[in-house]
Amino acid sequence: VSIVETRVLLRHAGDPNLKTIDGYRSYGGYGTLENVYGEVEPDTIVNELEESGLRGRGGAGFSMGKKVSFLPHGNQTKYLCCNADESEPGAFKDRELMQRNPHQLIEGIIIASYAAGIEHAFIFIRGEYDRQADILDAAVAEAYEAGYLGKNILGFGHDLELTVHRGAGAYICGEETALLDALEGKRGNPRLKPPFPAVQGLYGGPTLINNVETLSNVSHIVANGAEWFKSFGTEQSPGTKVVSISGRVKRPGNYEVELGVKLRDLIYGLAGGPLDGHEVKAFYPGGSSSPVLTPAELDLPYSFEAMAEANSMLGSGSIIVADDSISIPHMALRTARFYRHESCGKCTPCREGTNWTVKMLERVVRGEATPMDLDIIASVQQNIIGNCLCVLGDSMAMPVSAMVNKFRDEFEEVIATAALTGLPTSDGYESREDGADPVPAGVELEVIRRERLMGRPIPQSAQQAAEELPSV
Amino acid sequence: MDEFTPTEDFMSPGLPVDEANTTGRRSLGDPEEVPELSEVDCPDGLREAIEASMARYPDHKSASIPALWAVQRLYGWCTPEGIRQAAAVMKVTPAYLESVASFYDLFRLEPAGESQVLVCTNISCWMRGGDELLDAFCEAAGADRGEAGHGGALSDDGKVLVSGFECLGACDLAPMASVNERYFGPLEAADAKTVIEQLRAGEEVLPDKALAARPLPGGDDESDDGRVTSLKGPNR
Repeated sequence: VSIVETRVLLRHAGDPNLKTIDGYRSYGGYGTLENVYGEVEPDTIVNELEESGLRGRGGAGFSMGKKVSFLPHGNQTKYLCCNADESEPGAFKDRELMQRNPHQLIEGIIIASYAAGIEHAFIFIRGEYDRQADILDAAVAEAYEAGYLGKNILGFGHDLELTVHRGAGAYICGEETALLDALEGKRGNPRLKPPFPAVQGLYGGPTLINNVETLSNVSHIVANGAEWFKSFGTEQSPGTKVVSISGRVKRPGNYEVELGVKLRDLIYGLAGGPLDGHEVKAFYPGGSSSPVLTPAELDLPYSFEAMAEANSMLGSGSIIVADDSISIPHMALRTARFYRHESCGKCTPCREGTNWTVKMLERVVRGEATPMDLDIIASVQQNIIGNCLCVLGDSMAMPVSAMVNKFRDEFEEVIATAALTGLPTSDGYESREDGADPVPAGVELEVIRRERLMGRPIPQSAQQAAEELPSV
Repeated sequence: MDEFTPTEDFMSPGLPVDEANTTGRRSLGDPEEVPELSEVDCPDGLREAIEASMARYPDHKSASIPALWAVQRLYGWCTPEGIRQAAAVMKVTPAYLESVASFYDLFRLEPAGESQVLVCTNISCWMRGGDELLDAFCEAAGADRGEAGHGGALSDDGKVLVSGFECLGACDLAPMASVNERYFGPLEAADAKTVIEQLRAGEEVLPDKALAARPLPGGDDESDDGRVTSLKGPNR
């Protein structure tokens, strides 16, 4: 496998000096901004962004230029919020971009604000990213001092205040309307849409909300043009993407590649493939919210459209690899527990759906479930999808249903093994309440077959596990 | 005959009057009023920090999260008295600030020790031993494992808070932990003991496992057109 990274956003990122305004300027930083003021009309920038086809890098993949064009023209107070609340399990690219190159983001925010006629911008950064927030604070202070922020920027009459706002630990605040509530000083509950933030967002004003990576692309597109940007990636997914690869691979980390490279190249090439002696069993292609894919899908190109076609999504561009040592039912439970913890509780399908999914999956790994429960789990997921106020409920339902559908045999095997042995099949979870004594073989096998497996044959591995236990 | 007017006795004969149920549309006001700044003994530094935050937003209520951070930094956790002080400066009810604080995982509404260790147990870390790492931290600190998995547990000497945590955004370091808001990883079970000892001795924590010391996985070398051709970096 041969693949190279194509670094645009992570270019020079190995230089620790890049964090400072002098370091950033030594590579031509803020040059675009200085050329834009007085030279380029705001509408030209909006057109260029729209023409470039840049799609949002936070998860939804919506055209950034279109988003800007949705903002009303005129003199009302508008806001820009940079979504740096990166909390999706598997995603850590914004952290890298902010800690290595904060000025690239700030320059993008200033140009986008100029294009959209915005005078107050915010960076909403998750509270856990304390070091990154410190780096941003320092960079923002430098930008103020250099005259790139504040009143009458570079003497061209555009004012822009930029406020770094630290969250305090809530995944839901990455949802754009919950982010607005959190920024307004409330509990981070999502709002009903419409009205969309572009019409009525922060403090009731039209608001542009974009991800860190999206905004980091802005100065490059404005400097080099839409055609240059489209020379990377595929027709529907232009540009480069910082991909976070983690899980059971040899070299986890952030890699910047052109969109459309093969998944196999990413997982086996850049990330070094699975750990020695193991094989890839499944992977989330776009963070924990994306339906899992199997090794059969490794040769798909990594693009928004190809992932959608495979009934999954590119999301924030975070690949989590599970190998043969990972039990899929336990992974489903781990995923569901996360969403149960993070559900804000405002709407019923999500609050109840995440809770019951966890309870049912716990029964699966404790061996108290029947295969019929798997159908119920699948049906609960179908009743969550599309019925919630925001996408958090769907974010659990989609991967969990994909796991139940694609790995149903393994779920049944886990049920049978746990029921036969009376022990959890993997560490980390409580054993059955009625004690952990192994049941005597023979009679119990029949009971298990009748009661828990509804007459189906007991999987070979479960029988083996039961036979290996000491007899009572 | 006089027009019939219901009396409190008629509505609840012989029973104490439940104002909330019986007074209809009459507003009872906030259950707790906004405290006066003169009633709370707010330290000047805290008041100034909160006022500076309020000035940075078009609406001063936006400063509620920064204000709670300031309270937590000063007192170690969001103490009821600290919340009252912040509420007095912001001119909101303490209940409002407490409702905000209780929503966010990083705000502590109970004593949280001098140091905090957050161990990620989410998917990527779980796959690489995050649960076992949390076990090791609990054992090293003498903290209750059950509680640590559900919001945090203090060490036996009350100085270190150990808590399992959802994804901290550092899956490349898996399994990892955030120690006093700085990231460390990948960690082994033996590192837990070292970290706890270093925290208790007031020493720098695992300098060579800090996120800050980590290079890009694809290496820092690159050719002039920004295309990386070398694949260097930590190979685990």
